[in-house]
Amino acid sequence: MNAKFLAARFDLIAIGCSAGGFDLLNDLLPRLPADFPAAIAVVIHIAPASRNGIVEVLAPKCRLPLKEAEDKELVRPATIYFAPPGYHLLVEPDRRFTLSVDEPVNYSRPSIDVLFESAAIAYRERLLGILLSGANSDGAAGLQSIRNLKGKIFVQDPKEATHPEMPRAALDLGPADAVVSLEDLYRFVGGSALG
Amino acid sequence: MVELETIDIEIRLLLEGIFIRYGADFRDYSPASVRRRVVLAMEKGGIPSVSQLQERVLARPEAFDSLLQFLLVPTSEMFRDPSYFRTIRETVVPLLKTYPSLKIWVAGCSNGEELYSLAILLREEGLLEKTILYATDINPKALERAKNGIYPIDLAPKFTDNYQKAGGRAAFSDYYRAGYGSIILDASLRTNVVFADHSLATDNVFAEIQFISCRNVLIYFNRKLQDRSFRLFADSLGFRGFLGIGSKETLRFSNVYPEFEEFAAVERIYRKRRAV
Ligand SMILES: C[S@@+](CC[C@H](N)C(=O)[O-])C[C@H]1O[C@@H](n2cnc3c(N)ncnc32)[C@H](O)[C@@H]1O
Repeated sequence: MNAKFLAARFDLIAIGCSAGGFDLLNDLLPRLPADFPAAIAVVIHIAPASRNGIVEVLAPKCRLPLKEAEDKELVRPATIYFAPPGYHLLVEPDRRFTLSVDEPVNYSRPSIDVLFESAAIAYRERLLGILLSGANSDGAAGLQSIRNLKGKIFVQDPKEATHPEMPRAALDLGPADAVVSLEDLYRFVGGSALG
Repeated sequence: MVELETIDIEIRLLLEGIFIRYGADFRDYSPASVRRRVVLAMEKGGIPSVSQLQERVLARPEAFDSLLQFLLVPTSEMFRDPSYFRTIRETVVPLLKTYPSLKIWVAGCSNGEELYSLAILLREEGLLEKTILYATDINPKALERAKNGIYPIDLAPKFTDNYQKAGGRAAFSDYYRAGYGSIILDASLRTNVVFADHSLATDNVFAEIQFISCRNVLIYFNRKLQDRSFRLFADSLGFRGFLGIGSKETLRFSNVYPEFEEFAAVERIYRKRRAV
């Protein structure tokens, strides 16, 4: 197995998901080892009322520190950041987070496209974008920006996603470096190579 | 670090040109946000390159005005983040009541939603009569809307819900009348309001203030301009004055941090320390 998709090849792993995404994150993020090399930034769309608490629910289960990203905070390795509800999350070229209240994109704020597009510019080939379950098409365009700037992209196998629309929309727009099964994701977050 | 792409260089030249031609200084705004806004302006205007955008903007003030509407994001709501206003009411207002007169500054007031929210709160607390409110922004269109205090009626339910969650003592509908698909806010709320074009990037202290509210504005700046703004706020605040910023923003990364104490940590309301 070549190490093309070993986590250590990336400085940032940007994850986008929507409907069905929370259960996946709840399954995946606690598996990350404490010495996981890259930073992780997550955008998940959830209806405003139920938003509070994602960090509170997930943080105690994870070995890596997990928090809401703050404006102009430096992106640190081995840390999991969530876009705060109601804000877009962007990464600056100097690898600090920026928040914005720009209008929703794909009816969403935070929007996955906004994170992916800004992170693609900041991280180039050091970025891995992962798009998981969801019932809309946010993230598809952002993944293509990542590819155009030499980053890598994983898309969850639509056959396994509880809501396949989002991964499918991404694959309709362009190919992924890997269409990943849940098993693949477990191996990857566990520190094994993929690909 | 990552090498600059042509578009980044072009954007820098555009911002430099705007500064020289119009005096509006976007050079220390967040690069990621500015790039997003410029690309959006190009897409919407069917303009193929930043250099063509620059040519138009420098040649025609109207083109600058329309770019300005892309660069300045006006998103707001009345009583947005209701817990912020509830905290002001419960913890800041009792202290403000001890002053004989008050000056309050809403920096980056956009269309006025935050300003009127504070005005309503102050009226309910019996403070509005003795307060001068300064409402500043650099977007002339937003300032104009703020002066009018007219909002689409379909926002009324959201505003009403926020008002109640913010601890409103009456009914939100007491403060507006409906007409022509709009809600028209009670004009007496702005009797003591001074609307002004004031830039956090280039302008200075204009009064001694007891409470500054500046939310969702500094996120559009880089750290250098955030620092300039915080310096300006610290210099504008009177003895033991208050500074409220957005709940996802922080003073922690700024040079002026030691001059403030955390007054309401979750709501990011800071208070100036006694000078040492
Ligand atoms: C997203 S709105 C925030 C509105 C309101 N404070 C709130 O939180 O709901 C940001 C506002 O900041 C204003 N702004 C941007 N740059 C500024 C500057 N240099 N000086 C003053 N205001 C500025 C914009 O014109 C816009 O109206």
